Amino acid sequence: MKIVVLMKQVPDTYEERKLDPATGILDRAASEPIIDEIGERALEVALRYKDANKGTEIVLLSMGPASLTSSLRKGLSLGVDAAVHILDESLAGADLGRTATVLAAALTKSGYDLVVAGNESTDGRGGVMPAMIAEHLGLPHLSFLDSVTISEDQVSGTRGTESGSMDVRTNLPAIVSVTERTPEVRFPNFKGILSAKKKPLTVLSLDDLGVASDELAGGRSVVLSTSERPTRTAGTKVVDEGNAGVDLAEFLAAGHLI
Amino acid sequence: MPNILALIELSSTGEIRGTAPSLIAAAARLGTPVAVAAVAPGGGAGLLDALGALGAEHVFLAESDQVDKVLVSPQLEALVAANAALEPAGILVMNSVEGRDVGARLAVRIHGGLSIDAVDLRSDAGKIIATHSIFGGAYTVESTVEDGPVIVTLRPGVIQDRAEATTATLTTVQVTADSGATIDGITDAVGTSSRPELREAKIVVSGGRGLGSKEKFELVERLADALGAAVGASRAAVDAGYVPQTSQVGQTGTTVAPQLYIALGISGAIQHRAGMQTAKTIVAINKDADAPIFDIADYGIVGDVFTVVPQLIEALQARAAS
Repeated sequence: MKIVVLMKQVPDTYEERKLDPATGILDRAASEPIIDEIGERALEVALRYKDANKGTEIVLLSMGPASLTSSLRKGLSLGVDAAVHILDESLAGADLGRTATVLAAALTKSGYDLVVAGNESTDGRGGVMPAMIAEHLGLPHLSFLDSVTISEDQVSGTRGTESGSMDVRTNLPAIVSVTERTPEVRFPNFKGILSAKKKPLTVLSLDDLGVASDELAGGRSVVLSTSERPTRTAGTKVVDEGNAGVDLAEFLAAGHLI
Repeated sequence: MPNILALIELSSTGEIRGTAPSLIAAAARLGTPVAVAAVAPGGGAGLLDALGALGAEHVFLAESDQVDKVLVSPQLEALVAANAALEPAGILVMNSVEGRDVGARLAVRIHGGLSIDAVDLRSDAGKIIATHSIFGGAYTVESTVEDGPVIVTLRPGVIQDRAEATTATLTTVQVTADSGATIDGITDAVGTSSRPELREAKIVVSGGRGLGSKEKFELVERLADALGAAVGASRAAVDAGYVPQTSQVGQTGTTVAPQLYIALGISGAIQHRAGMQTAKTIVAINKDADAPIFDIADYGIVGDVFTVVPQLIEALQARAAS
């Protein structure tokens, strides 16, 4: 079985993240770029299947700037067989529609039995990319899976919703997205780190994918304005001297908060 | 006025989900609100009056025997059919699991542009302008869609106005999808909690690692109940196993913007602040006087949550009783 895992490089959520005020696009220089944690969980789903089913091929697919290489190498050190990096200057600031078109083209080129992705990135938080790609490829998709079971010709799982949960399944080929309830990714071992250097990391441009650099798929999202929220400032700070609970009740009542 | 479609989510027993009023109100701001729903054949009885009462001028019911059996496809085909029949200026879905799945596929199908997680919507010279709150409210971005249909996913709980009740007209069509994933079972969450939903609560009480254990986290729940609040938690508290992940407030959890946010034993890492910093009033109680949460708190108490909070609960109860 060939499993393609989608990965995204995002700014670290433990640092201050910034948007470029002129374009509304992510300021990549402002914070450390890391593999999105949810994408790592997607990778772990694939790795666990490979643990139990030798002969499984895992390909890591990502689109992003040159800094992506280190993140892809990390994936290779964890047991991924090959990585594909879509790198093209014209993709800077690509909207959801364009990103989905490009990723779908890359999947068609690489081939797949199953595509696994995180349910939503920690930066954009759109949560729509797997379903958009599925529509491009005419595939069924199972999104927001809290648990996943993969068999030779099917994938199934429990999908968390706002109102409860659903048990869902579909035949392969298919695309699934997983939530934070799936297990964390493993740590790389020494052997994995050494072998990562010998594994193929292919860089593809839009030309390589046969996607025109100015192709418009229809509606485009356009940013009209970006404004930064004024920094919040500290208010009253008191040290409890035995009466802070009563004083707080007073504060809440005075502000009509209770 | 142009038609604006609003995808109405239904429970497995056919009830209109609580998000429908805000979605219809948002559609009414932009044009003529049309409620679109996928129902089992003959299963739409009562929806016409109910959706009219919520302000829908028109109700478009797509009957399909795949409802609740096939994932996403019935709702998707309902919107595709309504889009073809009514040529709307915009299509609104909730930024929910179902809404995002349907909206995502629809955008690709009809070559539309997606506007994700809108917190406000307005119409300007015929264009639909959406406001987005990025990085937990650190930035506000306005966007629109050019050269194609607009599909907006609306954040739950942000549109407070309601459309005026009316008598809706009805269109019923039959739809069918070629394929789709199979739904084997639906489990509706058992309503064990009388607490408000975290995302929409007016008051949120959150606990962090400072609570020390799962047993002691109960203090957070006691204060929440005294205030009629929802219970939240920092990622540290979730990772430590004090509470389930569904309670997590922060960049990788739920983003909340309540009137009052009370942080108990939470240090206030950026990760957490990104999920709550747009709260109207922030109160923090922490033993560590240097905890970063105090930098954004309107009222900070340096003290032990296990002495301050019980005293607060007692004071609240005394007020309620008097």
